[in-house]
Amino acid sequence: MAHDHDHHDHHHDHSELTETQLRVRALESVLTEKGYVDPAALDLLIETYEKKVGPRNGARVVAKAWADPAYRARLVKDATTAIGELGYAGRQGEHIVALENTPQRHNMVVCTLCSCYPWPVLGLPPVWYKSAPYRSRAVADPRGVLADFGFALPKDTEIRVWDSTAEIRYLVIPMRPAGTDGWSEERLASLVTRDSMIGTGLPKSPKDVAK
Amino acid sequence: MNGGQDLGGVQGFGPVEPEPNEPVFHADWEKRAFALTLAMAMPGEWNIDMSRFARENRPPVEYLSMSYYQIWFAALETMVKERDLVADDEIVVGHALNAPKPVKRVLTPDDVLKVLHRGGPTERDTNTQAAFKMGDKVRAKNINPPTHTRLPRYVRGRAGTIERVIGFHVFPDSNAQGAGENTQWLYTVRFDGPELWGEGTDPNVKVSVDAWESYLEPT
Repeated sequence: MAHDHDHHDHHHDHSELTETQLRVRALESVLTEKGYVDPAALDLLIETYEKKVGPRNGARVVAKAWADPAYRARLVKDATTAIGELGYAGRQGEHIVALENTPQRHNMVVCTLCSCYPWPVLGLPPVWYKSAPYRSRAVADPRGVLADFGFALPKDTEIRVWDSTAEIRYLVIPMRPAGTDGWSEERLASLVTRDSMIGTGLPKSPKDVAK
Repeated sequence: MNGGQDLGGVQGFGPVEPEPNEPVFHADWEKRAFALTLAMAMPGEWNIDMSRFARENRPPVEYLSMSYYQIWFAALETMVKERDLVADDEIVVGHALNAPKPVKRVLTPDDVLKVLHRGGPTERDTNTQAAFKMGDKVRAKNINPPTHTRLPRYVRGRAGTIERVIGFHVFPDSNAQGAGENTQWLYTVRFDGPELWGEGTDPNVKVSVDAWESYLEPT
């Protein structure tokens, strides 16, 4: 157990620190002092995933697919390359496959074994995606999971669940909402939610975003 | 391994509870644990499959009672100790007490974006032919290795259809043990709901996993 931390020069109240906080702090100090990590690199990693890489990236991809049939065709054929056209690539998105929702088929993505998720387009996964309730039930009772998210699909709609067991990352392309003819890609992107790109939600409707 | 991580089909966890307006991190230590995990991949002392095994290789009751970043952090602690990068007493006092072990590389701020953008592709060139093609009927083997595997229990022994020939990819079961990439053809295999969960389950549910060739046999 880590307990002797009085000599640390951090400015938080130690009495509030949990065991985990203390251990993380201790290990970071050791790794830094030994030269294995550079704290400035750590700060940049955090800033990147907190501020820059997130579901707005994926929303741009989806909106472009909705607005531009040629892009959609490229995305469905080779999503990694098509997504790369917009500058999104790399860690936990080295091999991406785009899944098109249709009136007959709804796609939903899970990682039952850990937390695989397409970081370059969606950022880091939310807690529920990594949690036991989602990982256990998405493959066995996907309609029940969708009910937890507050929506239901017709019984004859196929629910296609993709368990991300390898290094392939999946991005759902939801159906374009009605009433959006002639919308710009930017405006369309405002309808694309994170959950709609995982398959546990639907995009917003024009009514949802109207003032 | 048949551990706490292999959750597909396990019952009793209750509903999924999405958090409205969820922040990317819920505590400062989560940020640090996340960044340390990414940065410590750089020295090349382990690969991603070894990391995943270090996370899952614990008693299921422990795995299931930890938050995800606690699991990541516990695995990081295990790996830095196993590789003699950090000693127990150093973690106790929170300071370096021994000379560092030389490592291949350290992640610098200048390299962060480049390294993230490059990622770690797992597809390799090959001149071999895939054994299966789209539409082939296959069965997932019944295997129970105590080591890392990416074939979840709920598909073992079940019959499915090759939906996609993905490519030639690093085999995690081997890579996690430091036994080489043992690269193999990788497929998306689709299973019908009733094949996985029994008669009476929703026939309009189809579930796929991505499975390496050695996980599969023809039916």
